Amino acid sequence: MDFRLGERSDAFRAEAREFLAEAMTPELEERIYRTGVSHDEDFTRRLRDRGWLAPGWPVEWGGQGRDALEILAFGEEMARAEVPSYAVGTTMMVSRIIQVAGTEDQQRAILPQALRGEIVIVLGFSEPESGSDVAAAQTRAVRDGDEWVINGQKMFTTNAHLADYVFLLTRTNPDAPKHKGLTMFLVPMKQPGVEVQAVFTLSGERTNITYYSDVRVPDAWRIGGVDEGWRVMTKSLQDEHSGGFASHSERLLGHVESWARSTVGDDGRPRIEDPDVRQRLARVATETEVGRLLLRRSAWMSHEGIVPEAEGPMGKLFTSEAMERHAQDMAEMVGPDGLRSYFEPTAPEGGKIEHALRFSLGTTIYGGTSEIQRNIIAQRGLGLPKPS
Amino acid sequence: MDLRPSAEQEQLVDAFSALYAKESPPERVRAAEPGGFDKALWERVLEMGVVAMAVAEDAGGWGASLLDLALMAEQQGRWLASAPIIEAQVAARLLARVGAEDVLAGALAGERLVTFALHPARGGVARLVPAAAVADEAVVLDGDRLVLVQLGDNRATVENLGSMPVADVTVDGAVLASGRAAAAALDGALDDWLVLTAAALVGIGARALEIGVAYVKERRAWGVPIGSFQAISHRLADSATALDGARLLTWEAAWAAAEEPARSAELAAMAFAFAYESARDVTHRSLHFHGGYGFMMEYDIQLYYRRARAWANVFAEPGAVFRRVADRRYGAV
Repeated sequence: MDFRLGERSDAFRAEAREFLAEAMTPELEERIYRTGVSHDEDFTRRLRDRGWLAPGWPVEWGGQGRDALEILAFGEEMARAEVPSYAVGTTMMVSRIIQVAGTEDQQRAILPQALRGEIVIVLGFSEPESGSDVAAAQTRAVRDGDEWVINGQKMFTTNAHLADYVFLLTRTNPDAPKHKGLTMFLVPMKQPGVEVQAVFTLSGERTNITYYSDVRVPDAWRIGGVDEGWRVMTKSLQDEHSGGFASHSERLLGHVESWARSTVGDDGRPRIEDPDVRQRLARVATETEVGRLLLRRSAWMSHEGIVPEAEGPMGKLFTSEAMERHAQDMAEMVGPDGLRSYFEPTAPEGGKIEHALRFSLGTTIYGGTSEIQRNIIAQRGLGLPKPS
Repeated sequence: MDLRPSAEQEQLVDAFSALYAKESPPERVRAAEPGGFDKALWERVLEMGVVAMAVAEDAGGWGASLLDLALMAEQQGRWLASAPIIEAQVAARLLARVGAEDVLAGALAGERLVTFALHPARGGVARLVPAAAVADEAVVLDGDRLVLVQLGDNRATVENLGSMPVADVTVDGAVLASGRAAAAALDGALDDWLVLTAAALVGIGARALEIGVAYVKERRAWGVPIGSFQAISHRLADSATALDGARLLTWEAAWAAAEEPARSAELAAMAFAFAYESARDVTHRSLHFHGGYGFMMEYDIQLYYRRARAWANVFAEPGAVFRRVADRRYGAV
């Protein structure tokens, strides 16, 4: 047994850390927060120049052919630094699907641009009436010769306002059982009939509602077979379920530890000497270690060629719910000063404690709610029967 | 990174699992209550070398790693083995640490069963010393002296929640070490004990989860298996997650003892606290999901419920263990 990620991962981590210490300036952090947009063209270009937009991709595609453990170490650092990489993440996720399920023409048209960081692809899955039950999507696509006509509405299409394409889940056969009448399209965003409306969230992140009115898409932009969209979707959801938030807890813990060392309590002693503070910090540190191990296990399994079917969801479930508990408990522990906002000049730790509380709430919802993760763990991990 | 036990470790686990299947089925566990000691089982595990393997080769043992011992301890927890293996192993390592060669030789030869007190004595009494009801001797920290107590007339056996062979011990005996070295030796022993007990708690929890999952697949209400209700399946999913996390953390702590000593004491306390809470919660959930049957002595789940609490709380409640984590992480105050 060996809990070290290995020399190559350590070296890659060190390189990433050095780069991020310089690239993640306070100005950039504040701009991300003020705009609510986790994407920055300059930062994306700099990642690309280092080959870090998709370091796990083969060299011939513009990647670096790095293995799952190197990608894990890199991802831990990127998450800890809270880099503006959301649009890059969705673009690469869809690119992987196109690489697997797309036609050669689609691959030629999309992948080189995506891997050069020149286009943004966003996800169009959730709708006003369907989130966790994503296969209940009602957005319609109707064939008209060599084209499809799309009508409907998507929720939480983050970065749609700067996107080139949306990876859209549509219903093509309303008469088939719900999982068997779905088709995926890559829909160009910059065309008539596509409308984007901003939605602001508790964490400050901007997302969107997108509307599609008689939007015409050539059949050439269909990804996978007609009515076979669920199979294509499942692949992307599996990727989404293997993420996690241990690095976010780690960063919060670092801030609260720094607060506890530098703040003096009513008894005139540093807060870090208070047994209650110590106990609470130790719990956060312990659960963060557990979360990190659960996420590393999933990466290790992928590295070994094993699909972490229940283990990926365990990592997402545990680290997101831990992040919520940690943010809540640390905000309470810091007390009234913990209420001071992110980038409020008087706030302890730059207001990261207040922001963690706001940020944490989304983590148990997006990328598959905790309830969906528990269903997967119960059914695939424990073999329990499906809810009737 | 490699999260698989080695082939040798797999063999070790299989050997103990097979032994316990034969020598520690639930009937034998019940038969050993309330004293919590199965003499025949103890003799069998002694023959397998459980004490000798725990001690370094240069001290006369076989030099198993803490990780090897942790993998074995998980099996002990799964089968609720009524034998003080962890205490005997940790006490032997403690004897080696303080250079008590004669006593150690007796323990290695299986002539004497030596245990140790988790907490320093207060007012001349060490309370709830694990295995002291059945051991020959106990190592106890009294002030700044590490004392070897002959248990015979110096113990008062205590009946308890977990049917553990514990006793309150009156300190009287030869000094093995004193001063800072004495306290440091006990602290090192505690770190070992925390990791191995964490592993046993993971075993308790893993088996309790299996028992609960099997029951809710079988038991039907309103025409369906109760395991199809999310009020049940989701809490079991939480426990499956927590136990996987507890096992990984325990393995990491055991691995770190040899490979990352700077973090090992912190990880040991983390693993113990987290494994305890995971085992505590899953034993409660599984018992509760049995409905009235879970409350009956006849069902095995109560055996797990009681031991998950007793094996851990004989040391401390989790808050105190988290404060130990903080002491290792931030330095003691």
